[in-house]
Amino acid sequence: MRHATVIFALAAAAFVTTAARAATLAEVKDRGELRCGVNIGLAGFSAPNDKGEWQGLDVDFCRAVASAIFKDPTKIKFVPLSAKERFTALQSGEIDLLSRNTTWTMSRDTEQGLNFVGITYYDGQGFLVKKSLGITSPAQLAGASICMQTGTTNELNVADYFRTRGLSFDPVVYEKNEEAINAYNLGRCDAYTTDSSGLYAQRIKLADPDANEVLPEVISKEPLGPVVRQGDDEWANLVQWTLFAWLNAEELGIKQANVDEMLSSPNPEIRRLLGVEGDFGKGIGLDDDWAYRIVKNVGNYGESFERNLGKGSRLKIARGLNRLWTNGGLHYAPPIR
Amino acid sequence: MASTAPKSTRSLASLDWLYDPKTRAIIFQIALLVGVAVLIIEIVLNTAANLRAQNIATGFGFLHKPSGFDISQTLIPYSSTSSYGRVFWVGLTNTLLVALLGIVLATVLGFVIGLARLSANWLVARLATVYVEIVRNVPLLLQLLAWYFTLLISLPSPQADFRLPLGIGVSNRGIYLPAPVWRPGMVAVIVALIAGIAGAVAIGAWARRKRLETGAQVPAFWYGLAAVVVPPLLVFLALGAPMTFEVPKLGRYNFEGGLVLLPELIALLLGLTLYTAAFIAEIVRGGIEAVPRGQKEAARALGLRPWQVQRLVVIPQAMRIIIPPLTNQYLNLTKNSSLAVAIGYPDLVSVFAGTVLNQTNQAVEVILITMGVYLGISLLTALAMNWFNARMALVER
Repeated sequence: MRHATVIFALAAAAFVTTAARAATLAEVKDRGELRCGVNIGLAGFSAPNDKGEWQGLDVDFCRAVASAIFKDPTKIKFVPLSAKERFTALQSGEIDLLSRNTTWTMSRDTEQGLNFVGITYYDGQGFLVKKSLGITSPAQLAGASICMQTGTTNELNVADYFRTRGLSFDPVVYEKNEEAINAYNLGRCDAYTTDSSGLYAQRIKLADPDANEVLPEVISKEPLGPVVRQGDDEWANLVQWTLFAWLNAEELGIKQANVDEMLSSPNPEIRRLLGVEGDFGKGIGLDDDWAYRIVKNVGNYGESFERNLGKGSRLKIARGLNRLWTNGGLHYAPPIR
Repeated sequence: MASTAPKSTRSLASLDWLYDPKTRAIIFQIALLVGVAVLIIEIVLNTAANLRAQNIATGFGFLHKPSGFDISQTLIPYSSTSSYGRVFWVGLTNTLLVALLGIVLATVLGFVIGLARLSANWLVARLATVYVEIVRNVPLLLQLLAWYFTLLISLPSPQADFRLPLGIGVSNRGIYLPAPVWRPGMVAVIVALIAGIAGAVAIGAWARRKRLETGAQVPAFWYGLAAVVVPPLLVFLALGAPMTFEVPKLGRYNFEGGLVLLPELIALLLGLTLYTAAFIAEIVRGGIEAVPRGQKEAARALGLRPWQVQRLVVIPQAMRIIIPPLTNQYLNLTKNSSLAVAIGYPDLVSVFAGTVLNQTNQAVEVILITMGVYLGISLLTALAMNWFNARMALVER
C-alpha cells in the first residue's frame, strides 16, 4: 500500500498533465463522488465504527463538502492515509481534499504544492505517561524513551523541546500510530507523544487507560485543518467557505434539528447563509442552498464536535480553544454577505 | 505480376542496402534506442514541468538543510541540527550494519542447517527439515513483528536492573554492553595485532611451499593462531592493560552509558537471519547432493579420510553450485532489511525515504536516491560474489 502510493505518485508526477488540474470541482461533479483523504484510524477524527461507517470530525468535514456539492452526502470515497502518504496522495490527484488532522505549517503551505484553507481544530502536542512515574512536566522526561509516529511535526517539536533545554531523550519512531501505541503499551517507551487530541483517542484504547495520564503541558501549536492542492483557487474557496458556513451555522444557532424552521427566520444573516436571500452559492459554483444542505446532513461544527470528541463521545475532550470566539474560544469565521 | 517484376527490381536496386539483414538490424537498434531516449527525456522534462506547475520544491538543495529530528541509533555523529544529507548517511550505515551482520549470521546458520538436513542422525535431519519448512513458508514481515513484540513482552523493564555477567544490562529498551574505553597505549596493541596477522599469512605461505616441495605437513593453523593472538596479548599486558570497560549504569528511565543493541536491531537481525538461513540451508543441501557419488567413492578409494573427502573433494565442487544462488539470498536479505520500517529500526527506508521524504516532501528526489543506493549495494554484492565464484570455478587442466 505504502509503496504503491509513492510509486503511483511518481508515475502521476511523470505522466499526468497539469492542465486537467485546475478544475477540481468540475472533475468531482463529473466523477459523481468526492475523494477525501482521512486518517486510517484516529478515534474522534476519523475511524470506522463497528458498522464500518467512517466517523469523526475530519470525516464530518468531508461530508460537509460533499453535501455542499451534491444533494447526497454519501457521494464520498474515503481514502485512508498514513501520515507519510497523505501529501503525496493529494499532490498526485489521488484525492481532492485532505481532511486528516494535519498541522498547518509554513513549509507545507508554501513549498509542497499544498494550500491550507482553515483550521478545524486547535491542538497542541502533549505527552501520555504512566501515572506511576509521578511526573508533571515533559521536561522531567530527560533520558526517557519516547514513542512517536514518523513523518509528523511531533517528531520535530519534541527534538526542539529537548534541545532548547539542553536535555536528551531516546526517540523510538514507528510508521503507524498503532505500532507506536502498542510499543508504549508493552513498555518499550516511558512516554508516547502526539497531538493532545490524539493522546485522548489512543488512551482509551490502552489495556488500562486509568493507569495512564495526559500531561497538562503542551509543547507546540498544532492548528489542524483541511488541505487542497495549490493552483485551484475556486476549489480552495469552496472548501474554505464550507468550513466558514459550518462555523457560522453554530454561531447563528442553526442546528440539524431546527434548520428547516430557520428557513423562515427573519434574521438576515441566517437567511443569507441558508440561501433564502442572495445568491452566494454562485460564487463557488454551487446552488444557493449549499449551506442548508451542510447543516441538514452533518449538523453545525459544534454538533459535530460534541458528537465525535466532546460530551457525546467516549473521548470527553473539553472544547477549550475550540469554542467559538463568542464563547472565549478561537473559532472566528468571516461573515457571509 | 511476373511481367512487372524486372521493372521493380531495377527501380529498387538503389535500395538494396535496405534489404541487407545486417543494415536492417542496425537501423532497428538505432530506432529503438532513439525511442527509449525520447521517452526518458519526455518523462524527466514532464516531471520537472509538473512539479514546477504545482509549486513543489525540486532539486537536491534540501540535503543541506537541518533535519530537526532525532534518530535512535546512529553509527556516525548526528544530532537534530545535522543536515538531511547526514540523515542519509545515518540511514545507509544502519542498513549496511544490518545487511552485513545478517549475511554473516545467515550464512553460518544456513550452512549448519543445510549440513544437518544431510545428517545420518534421523532426529537432527528431521528437526532441520521442520525448521526449513516452517520458517521459509511464513511471511517475513509477520516473523519480524512476532520477534519484536515477543522481545518487548519477554524482556524485563530497565527498572528491574537485570544483569548478565560482565555487567551486561538486559531490558526491553535494549541490551547494554560495557563499552571499551581506549587509552593511548592501545595503538601499540593494534599495531601488534596487524603484525601478527601479517605473520600468520607468511606462515601459511611458508607451510604451503614446504608441503609442495617436501610433502611434509606443518600444523600451520596453530602457528598462525599463535602469531595472531600472542604478540598483541603480550603488548597489552606489558603496557598495563591500556583499555578499560565502561559498565552501563541504571538511570532514572534507562540504562545509561555503554554500547546498546536496540530491541529493534535484535528483532530485525533475528528475523532476517532465521528467514534467510532457511533458504541458504536448502541451497547448501542441494549443492552437496549435486556432487556425483562417484567423486566421493573415488576420493575414498584414494585413501582420503572422511573429513578430507568432504573438505577437499565434495565442498569445493558443491561451492560452484552453491555460490550463484547464495548471491541471490544475500541480495534478498539486503533488500528485505527495508522491512525495518515496520518495527521502528532506523534504516535507510525508514529515516530517509520515510521521515525525510515526509518533512521535505521531495518524493521524486528522495525515492530516486534510495533506489539508486539499493541498486548500488546489490550490484556491489553481486560483483564481489561473481569474483568469488570465478575464483572457485573449475579450472580445467
